[in-house]
Amino acid sequence: MSEILRVENLKKSYDGFLAVNGVSFSVAKGELKALIGPNGAGKSTCFNMLMGQLKPTEGDVFFEGEKITGHKPRDIWRRGVGRTFQITGTYQSMTVIENVQMALMSHHRKIFSIGPRAWKLYREEAFEFLETVSMQDQADRPCSILAYGDLKRLELAIALCHRPRLLLMDEPTAGMAPTARVELMQLVADIVRDQGVSVLFTEHDMDVVFAHSHHIMVLNRGELIADGDATAVRNNPQVQEVYLGGGTLFKEESHA
Amino acid sequence: MAFFLAQFLTGLANAAALFLVASGLSLIFGVTRIVNFAHGSFYMLGAFIGIYLMEILPGAVGFWGAILLTGIAVGLIGAIVEMVVLRPIYRAPELFQLVATFGVILVIQDLALMIWGAEDRLGPRAPGLRGVWRIFGEPVPKYDIILIAITPFILFALWYLITKTRLGVLVRAATQDREMVGALGVNQAWLFTGVFALGSALAGWGGALQLPKGGADLLMDFNIIGAVFVVVVIGGMGSLPGAFIASVLISVLNVFGVTYLPQSTLVLMFVVMAVVLIIRPYGLLGREEVAGEHGQVGAPETPIRPYGPVGQALVAALLLGLALLPLFVDQFMLILTIDMVIFALFAASLHFILGSGGLVSFGHAAFFGGGAYAAALLVFHTDTPMELAFLFAPLAAGLLALGIGWFCIRLTGVYFAMLTLAFSQLVWSLAFQWRAVTRGDDGLVNIWPSDWLSGTETYYYFALILGVGGILFLRHVIHSPFGYALRAGRDSARQAEATGIDVKRVQFAAFALAGAMAGLAGGIFVFAKGSVFPTELEIAKSFDALIVVFLGGVKTLAGGVVGAGFMTVVEDWLTRLEYWRLLLGLVIIAVVIVMPEGIVGTLRTLWRRIRHTDEETV
Repeated sequence: MSEILRVENLKKSYDGFLAVNGVSFSVAKGELKALIGPNGAGKSTCFNMLMGQLKPTEGDVFFEGEKITGHKPRDIWRRGVGRTFQITGTYQSMTVIENVQMALMSHHRKIFSIGPRAWKLYREEAFEFLETVSMQDQADRPCSILAYGDLKRLELAIALCHRPRLLLMDEPTAGMAPTARVELMQLVADIVRDQGVSVLFTEHDMDVVFAHSHHIMVLNRGELIADGDATAVRNNPQVQEVYLGGGTLFKEESHA
Repeated sequence: MAFFLAQFLTGLANAAALFLVASGLSLIFGVTRIVNFAHGSFYMLGAFIGIYLMEILPGAVGFWGAILLTGIAVGLIGAIVEMVVLRPIYRAPELFQLVATFGVILVIQDLALMIWGAEDRLGPRAPGLRGVWRIFGEPVPKYDIILIAITPFILFALWYLITKTRLGVLVRAATQDREMVGALGVNQAWLFTGVFALGSALAGWGGALQLPKGGADLLMDFNIIGAVFVVVVIGGMGSLPGAFIASVLISVLNVFGVTYLPQSTLVLMFVVMAVVLIIRPYGLLGREEVAGEHGQVGAPETPIRPYGPVGQALVAALLLGLALLPLFVDQFMLILTIDMVIFALFAASLHFILGSGGLVSFGHAAFFGGGAYAAALLVFHTDTPMELAFLFAPLAAGLLALGIGWFCIRLTGVYFAMLTLAFSQLVWSLAFQWRAVTRGDDGLVNIWPSDWLSGTETYYYFALILGVGGILFLRHVIHSPFGYALRAGRDSARQAEATGIDVKRVQFAAFALAGAMAGLAGGIFVFAKGSVFPTELEIAKSFDALIVVFLGGVKTLAGGVVGAGFMTVVEDWLTRLEYWRLLLGLVIIAVVIVMPEGIVGTLRTLWRRIRHTDEETV
């Protein structure tokens, strides 16, 4: 498998404090890869540097072999990277389907068009994306009254509009009910399989991580301490030590 | 050199009152998020009440006692205003409260006129401090020296209050996150009332303290409010030391300006503010406002839709009525309707960037007046045919908006609003002071339409077609992808940027379009009146538009137009009466309290409630 994303020696310092300290890794095409770590490990900082919301202090990010370090989020999106956020930021004053249509208008470069009526544009196409995430029944509801889990699914539909080849998902299931978590991650896994999209996601729920990801990276205090498949990460003594605090329960579970 | 020093000391002395008033405004804004336009009115009340008390209380003890009591009295008035006018509308959309405070200005103006009369009053001299002291041979009033001496104590007292007392802790906490403070069991209503009273008291003290240097008159509320906002913004909203530095900076610059560059005085402080904001977008000591930090209060906006059959029929009926109007009414009504159409287009253009874009402009008159002046100047100086000059109005206003927008768009929130205000003041002072070209306050006259348009009835149709056409065009744009992108950027800039939308560029384009449409309104205006004066560029003109947009309803599409129609009619009725300001102020306050979503918004909610369809659109 060839790589789609490569990160080299990424660093971010805040007044001398290294939130991310020399992280290097890569994501392969068609891979579902998790980035885990305790709170404050630097996961979100890492993500924000990948997508351009933050400028790295040092290091580089390559997407499909091209350097995207320090580019603006919208430029990185144009190249084919989609993103969902830890706290959703959908458009409150629009309906569910209009949220998707908005992303499609951007995809079709219609942002500065003042001719057509926006709510008629790409409605069919938007509906298909809503079907992908099973939100078609709520297409015409105002976005402001959606349940949180539905917002997360809507956000995923929006992120798919530009047919991204890489999806960055920051805690996609945070704040969701357990059953909804499993469903959402199953959905992401299906998308990875069917559309050949690569996904890099951060997550706190270990069930989700071990059930769905092909590879797992562990970040601790800004440094990558493990990068491998589930078994390797489970058996990594350093991971057990710093991240799981010698989590015996976890180990037993893995043998079960 | 000695003269220089004396000038400097005068500036420092002037800073004392300015700082007091500004710190009050800063406190109120920080905690309650209310842009309190009525703050100048409390300053004026302080001056009048101060004179009254000083007349009763004799001697030095009486003088200083009177000042102290004045602050307390004004603070009490502030508390009453907060409880009666502002408390019912805290859940209204952001900045809605500024409309209410505007009503308060009008009410206080007429009350002051009723109680104290129209005559300017000289302030009493401070007992024992009548003469001057000589500093390096230059005379400096003793009272100035005393003011300079006590200013640091005022700063220290406020600083102590804010950083060391329990009230101060609450104020700072509420400034950062008022929801959290509420959740921790602090009675927000009383905290807000207390802070508003304290802020008003500070304004009252400022008004009383400046009495021996100035006096009291009915214009001081408007005269100081501009300077106060400038000071607060230059210093950084919510920063007391910033307000202090800015007060000194502005006061000293003003004194030197009067001496060395008299023609600069009207605009100097706005130039300083523009420069500061361009270099430091959050003022000297202010900190960046994190997007969404304070959250959107009130119900979220409902998705927009073009009108259904009922709405379309109503609009068609209205348009038909307007088209047939000349058959039924006299010339006076036609002219009033032309005014209404012009104002409606002007308000709709502001509403476009304010409602859909979330960009609150305090200087939209620059484009209305700018368009009017552009056309008038062409006709006046080069005898350009009216048709060509008319086309030039929206064009010139659009270009002006491109220029001003280029600086302003990078700012957000109140800072954006204040920078637009600064630029509109620059444009105003250009029209006011560049007499060779604009004839100053004599205005440009004899700007009449071509012969084929010169009848009132003909011009009525001309205004109607272009005005209504402009409004419908703006509505169409709101429903287009561009309008949606504008709203997307307002709802969540982060999400918009992460899906390829260049939010600032969209806002920039929208700002220019709004400017051009305001210029179109200005073009219709100038040929309707046959003249244009600098008043069309004044702050008051910008605020007129702002107020009708809020009164009509920010979160509705028809708000600007309906608000403008409402205001034109109400003003036409009320201004025939003696105390029309009082009545207009009360009407505004009443509308604000009864209809916190604006006229259109509240009617819509009522309509939904009647039809029981509000489940999905809460």
